[in-house]
Amino acid sequence: MSTVEGPTRARVGGRLKFAVPRGALFGDTVDTLDAIGVEVSELRTDSRSLVFEAGELTLVTMRPSDVPTYVEAGAADLGITGKDVLMEQPDRHVYEFLDLRYGACQMVVAGRRGDERLGESERRLGSVRIATKYPRTAERYFEETGRQAEVIEVKGSVELAPLVGLADGIVDLVDTGRTLAENDLEVREEIARCTARLVGNRIAHKLRGAEVDDLAERLRKATER
Amino acid sequence: MIDPIPPGTRDIMPAEMRELRRLQRNLAETFERHGYGEVATPTIEYHDVLTRGDAKGAETAYRFFDESGELLAMRSDMTIPIARLVATRFANAQPPFRFFYEGNAYRAVRPQRGQMREFMQAGVELIGPDAPEGTAEVIEVLVAALDAAGLSRAVIGLGDADLYRQLLADVGVDGEVRDEILDRLATHDLVGIEEAVGALGGIAERDRETLLRLPTLRGGPEVVDVAQELGGDAVERATSRLQATFEALSARGIAERVQLDLGLLRDLGYYTGAILEVYDPALGHILGGGGRYDELMGRFGSRGLPAAGFALYLERVHIAQAEEERVAGEGEEGR
Repeated sequence: MSTVEGPTRARVGGRLKFAVPRGALFGDTVDTLDAIGVEVSELRTDSRSLVFEAGELTLVTMRPSDVPTYVEAGAADLGITGKDVLMEQPDRHVYEFLDLRYGACQMVVAGRRGDERLGESERRLGSVRIATKYPRTAERYFEETGRQAEVIEVKGSVELAPLVGLADGIVDLVDTGRTLAENDLEVREEIARCTARLVGNRIAHKLRGAEVDDLAERLRKATER
Repeated sequence: MIDPIPPGTRDIMPAEMRELRRLQRNLAETFERHGYGEVATPTIEYHDVLTRGDAKGAETAYRFFDESGELLAMRSDMTIPIARLVATRFANAQPPFRFFYEGNAYRAVRPQRGQMREFMQAGVELIGPDAPEGTAEVIEVLVAALDAAGLSRAVIGLGDADLYRQLLADVGVDGEVRDEILDRLATHDLVGIEEAVGALGGIAERDRETLLRLPTLRGGPEVVDVAQELGGDAVERATSRLQATFEALSARGIAERVQLDLGLLRDLGYYTGAILEVYDPALGHILGGGGRYDELMGRFGSRGLPAAGFALYLERVHIAQAEEERVAGEGEEGR
């Protein structure tokens, strides 16, 4: 286990700190870093470590939704996270450098198959109840489409909510759509297409511009193929 | 029982207060030495005075009515109150005016380390002198202030507020589309700019390339050459402004403290021409900012006067000081 410089420590010298998302984006992120020549073999082991020295970079692993938090504060100079995370945290001041194209998912509104509760609630009750892990995205989407919605934030399996009557529908991130299908849900509307994004700290973008640009350019080439 | 205080405010204890006061004294001495006189304005202003200065910048955290039903607001910065002060108290006096201030301002931000809703600012306003000499003087005072704060590694980003707006106008992009692209630049959404610029119809491939490359250009004076190779009248105009400022800075011997940055755009609406941001490697947030606001004075009183200034966020400068001292201390231990 290696040590890492403190969160707001000087960044003029030393390795750039790079936030790697655990979870669905982890595999493709490691492959992409591997493709641009970053030493990632330690990342591929079952190590419980959170911090890895990898040549030019210090890799720090975390939940995708924490990446903007660390990057905004400068605790990580750069990082990779999903567009869904960035949409949900629009007030985080981070640079969004690059669409890495992998990890493609859809942010959707879904309802029960063959069930008209979404439409009926809107007609008769003036608003729909939406369960989601993305409350701000959901609120903004319904607002922008001129509809009223009661957004209910849940932390766990959001598919449960319409099945037991907590909500009329859900807003969630869908990859293959299998989880939806297994729970008798179907996509009704697409809100956005989401892919992995390279994000960066504002000060790192200014004070370590050459290194940041170089890394972004290599990642661009690796993901354009 | 614990009595809470409003979110985004805080109490300050003696140990911190002592250091903050020392910082304020050092800055005040520096400003005085450069010929700037201290002014103070009310913490509260009429709301319409603040919005006349900048519709968006007046996103103050606190608004309320007085006993006669007038809408008041806590000031969101010191620049607008000082513009009002100059227009009303010095209406017939001969410029230039050199003022500095140290005081609290209020903004509706998400509270976090170094960013509260009530925060301390210190800065200067130079009213009368035009670009580039006025801008260069303000930057010289800023460099001296950073040195007085012990932040010798701090870097000043220098950009141009009109550059991208004029560039878009020159290639025929206006209205909502232009605002959307500017908004994405202000929020540092480079992917969004790429999408929006990619979707523009009827513009030359060369212009598209310029729109995409320009916001990423930052560094020494070579940046101007790269930008001019990309071409275009707006680029030519803005970069010649930047170049003139940079030359004035070189003449004052402080050019190496400045990084030219063609992607810089500040969120306050009153800036025209040069804009500034202050970075220190010890902190992940900007320490302050400023620039020229040649049209702001004209919105108060009858006389338009060119002006420039900067503000430092004192709490952040203090955090950066502490971090720099820690880094320096560890460096010595390591020897």
